[in-house]
Amino acid sequence: MSESTGTATPDRPADLPAQSPPVDPAVTASLKEKPRAGGLSFWQGDGGEGAKRNLGLIGVLVVLVVIGAATRWDLYSNPDWVWGNTLTILKLASVVGVVTVGMTFVIIGGGIDLSVGAIVALAGVWATTLATQSYGAGGMIFTAIVVGTAVGVVNGVLISYGRLVAFIATLAMMVAARGLAAQISGKQTQVSNNSFINGIASTDVLGIPLLVYILAAVVAAGWVLLNRTTFGRRTVAVGGNPEAARLAGINVRRHTLLLYALSGLCCGIAAIMLTAQANSAQAAMANLYELDAIAAAIIGGTLLSGGRGTIVGSLLGVLIFSTITNLFAINGLSTEAQNMVKGGIIVGAVLIQQVQFRSVTQFFGRQKATTSG
Amino acid sequence: MSTESTPSGDSPLVEAPADTVAGEVVLRLTDVVKTFPGVRALDGVQLEVRAGEVHCLLGQNGAGKSTLIKVLAGVHRPDSGQVQWRGEPAHFANPQAAMRAGIATIYQELDLVEDLSVAENAFLGHEPKVAGFVRRGHMARRTREILSRLGHGEIPPGRMVRALPAAGKQVVSMARALSHEARLIIMDEPSAVLAHDEVDNLFRIIRELTAQGIAVIYISHRMEEIREIGDRVTVLKDGRTTAANLPARETPTRDLVARMTGRNIEYVFPDRPTAPAAAADLLRVEGLSRTGEFADVSLSVRPGEIVGIAGLVGSGRSELLETIYGARRAESGTVRMGGRPLRPGSVGAAVRAGMGMAPEERKSQALLLGEPIHRNVTLATFTRYARLGFTNAGRERAEAERIADELQLRPNDVRRAVRTLSGGNQQKVVVGRWLLGDTRLLLLDEPTRGVDVGARAELYRVIRGLAAQGVGVLLVSSEVPEVLGLADRVLVMREGRMVREAPAGELDENTVLDLVMAGSLMEGAPA
Ligand SMILES: Nc1ncnc2c1ncn2[C@@H]1O[C@H](COP(=O)(O)OP(=O)(O)OP(=O)(O)O)[C@@H](O)[C@H]1O
Ligand SMILES: [Mg+2]
Repeated sequence: MSESTGTATPDRPADLPAQSPPVDPAVTASLKEKPRAGGLSFWQGDGGEGAKRNLGLIGVLVVLVVIGAATRWDLYSNPDWVWGNTLTILKLASVVGVVTVGMTFVIIGGGIDLSVGAIVALAGVWATTLATQSYGAGGMIFTAIVVGTAVGVVNGVLISYGRLVAFIATLAMMVAARGLAAQISGKQTQVSNNSFINGIASTDVLGIPLLVYILAAVVAAGWVLLNRTTFGRRTVAVGGNPEAARLAGINVRRHTLLLYALSGLCCGIAAIMLTAQANSAQAAMANLYELDAIAAAIIGGTLLSGGRGTIVGSLLGVLIFSTITNLFAINGLSTEAQNMVKGGIIVGAVLIQQVQFRSVTQFFGRQKATTSG
Repeated sequence: MSTESTPSGDSPLVEAPADTVAGEVVLRLTDVVKTFPGVRALDGVQLEVRAGEVHCLLGQNGAGKSTLIKVLAGVHRPDSGQVQWRGEPAHFANPQAAMRAGIATIYQELDLVEDLSVAENAFLGHEPKVAGFVRRGHMARRTREILSRLGHGEIPPGRMVRALPAAGKQVVSMARALSHEARLIIMDEPSAVLAHDEVDNLFRIIRELTAQGIAVIYISHRMEEIREIGDRVTVLKDGRTTAANLPARETPTRDLVARMTGRNIEYVFPDRPTAPAAAADLLRVEGLSRTGEFADVSLSVRPGEIVGIAGLVGSGRSELLETIYGARRAESGTVRMGGRPLRPGSVGAAVRAGMGMAPEERKSQALLLGEPIHRNVTLATFTRYARLGFTNAGRERAEAERIADELQLRPNDVRRAVRTLSGGNQQKVVVGRWLLGDTRLLLLDEPTRGVDVGARAELYRVIRGLAAQGVGVLLVSSEVPEVLGLADRVLVMREGRMVREAPAGELDENTVLDLVMAGSLMEGAPA
């Protein structure tokens, strides 16, 4: 770029008067008549950023599968085994996946829910007391869902109307709900005698476990809710800028309450699924699910400060985690090593996404500049 | 650099403003280019700034002014072109580097840490330390010194920034710039958040700075300010320098506007209809009070009427508007819309009754910065287009596009994130939000803050048009001419009380200023 000769002051010798006559705008303009690039490129615009990030996550999944195939080719060479293993991974992901959908909403809405594991346990235990079991499968499912949602509502009331910090309120609930679960169960494992409930985990439909359908349904519902409804729109607004949302007429408190209720509802559903898998429930079940769910959401690109996130990303986050678990299991490695790797993955995924997104944007920005200039 | 700055003597300074431009060139930009994905924000900028001068940057919204100063401040790296700082090529890798080199910046969007104190903000990143410990006492004392130099000794250095009004925050930003030993201070629309007397104060400070040989780059959309404080003007259009170093006082406004826009735009207010229809009150406020903010305020707005509130920052105008809107709860008094009392402290009730408010601070109170423009424009109305809770994306996009055209939003692509818009265009999004839907009463708090001349005329036309359709407007503005030019009726507010009400035609600028200022001496108290 060296067309500056005709322009105003920069190249004026120092001995000229400081105040040169104004440049003729026509002259300056004609020197640099270039159209300014307008419009958007494909990766921008509506949700494009999220879509790109999800592509990266799929890449990570592919890498994990390749590692699995490389380390256990003996297994992977058998297509039937691969199909079965895929279903195992999906089944493994199903319960945490359902919890993560609720968590994603809470985090996009600017909050956090540390009590999800405890809510799953409480709902599971409450649904499997002898009294509840006497009402049959319907009674058990109803109980789990109502208990989960009710605890979520309590969280929501404490946070939005009691003005407690979400972290503190749900931390307290995490302790309290497990305590209540232990109290109800008398610290015993409560066996489920209901064959319908137990069947949820063992039934296959068209060769695919029912649990996977439940996950798919919850994810689909979550996607529609976030992307196609006013509820989802409010969630993004409330998390992105609560004051702006309030001044635009959105009832921020009520919405916050609903978000925690939604998370509780997901926990209730997860409680049934987990009880079905174990044919029992106990106060210690769903241990550390809050960490798995939060980690999955974050890996999936949900902003911890709120206002941004995708359901698909969260699902991919969960799948990445269960694929790692599976990878370690088929190689006969310890859970300790596995947890260390998971920790590394959380950090790595977030770092890679940041760097990759920035550099790609810059790269395209440059290219645009050079082609148009 | 060979400029040996011969103070006067041989250079014929006839056409230069007498008191300026004697200093050596401290900053020179040549052919600076900066692109963002899809936008050439800077496309060959030339700029020359001398020590001790106030160099004004003029340009329409989105012309690249803020981008340019972010390049100087080390926030953005230019793609190409040279920056010469005090005779040497400079590459500021980050804002700290620019600050260390002596360039301090007051950004258009204030960048204070709300939960830190005034002193901590002023010295953020370069706290006076001894053996690793911050010298808090020393820091507080220096802050107090700087604040009183800024004419605001009354701001306690220990106060949380969150608790300050917008103008107070502006002062803290200024204090931060002064806490560095800066040789160049860049101010991006500093006056946008200031009231009339505050602007005078700002100019006094700027004159002090330039007298010490400090250079100032000053950005504003208000022509009269540039006349008053500026020495030379550089005009940007579409990221390019279209004129450099024009004398700030002599260049006719028509020329400047033509260079900015390529068109001739008159800065005019639309005609007001001769007699606003005498209808029943749309809004009726009676005896509204909030301790420490305003007391016993009564006012009314009729359909199709524009009522302007004039007053200083801190006179309680914004608080009054927010209380009418339900964003703050009144301690006493009532708000009636169309005769029906509104539930106090409920924005939802106000919006359902047909009120809309464009708040004072766009970034913190109005925008979802990461979301696309169309989502921001429809933030208050998306439920109206929805059916059974499902949003209607197509309709929303179409409505947003209509608003974008009407307000000449640039760039005009509504899928862009609001974050990437220039300040003035963001403001248009905030106001545009309420042009949708069936708003019956519009509360506008500083609606033209940071909006350029052309778009401002457009905005006035739109507001007048709404009134013609029967919408009532309650307008707060620090610019007295705006209140007088746009409103039908004017209320003057001072220290939380209404002191005068009159048709706009019966008031002139000086009368209003006298009324507004009359009591303001009380505040400062003896030094
Ligand atoms: N981070 C960004 N990403 C993409 N585009 C950007 C970004 N920042 C600015 N732009 C674009 O660059 C152009 C120049 O913006 P800039 O903020 O410099 O304007 P300005 O002259 O300061 O306007 P105003 O008077 O409204 O403040 C605009 O088209 C804007 O949309
Ligand atoms: Mg700007």
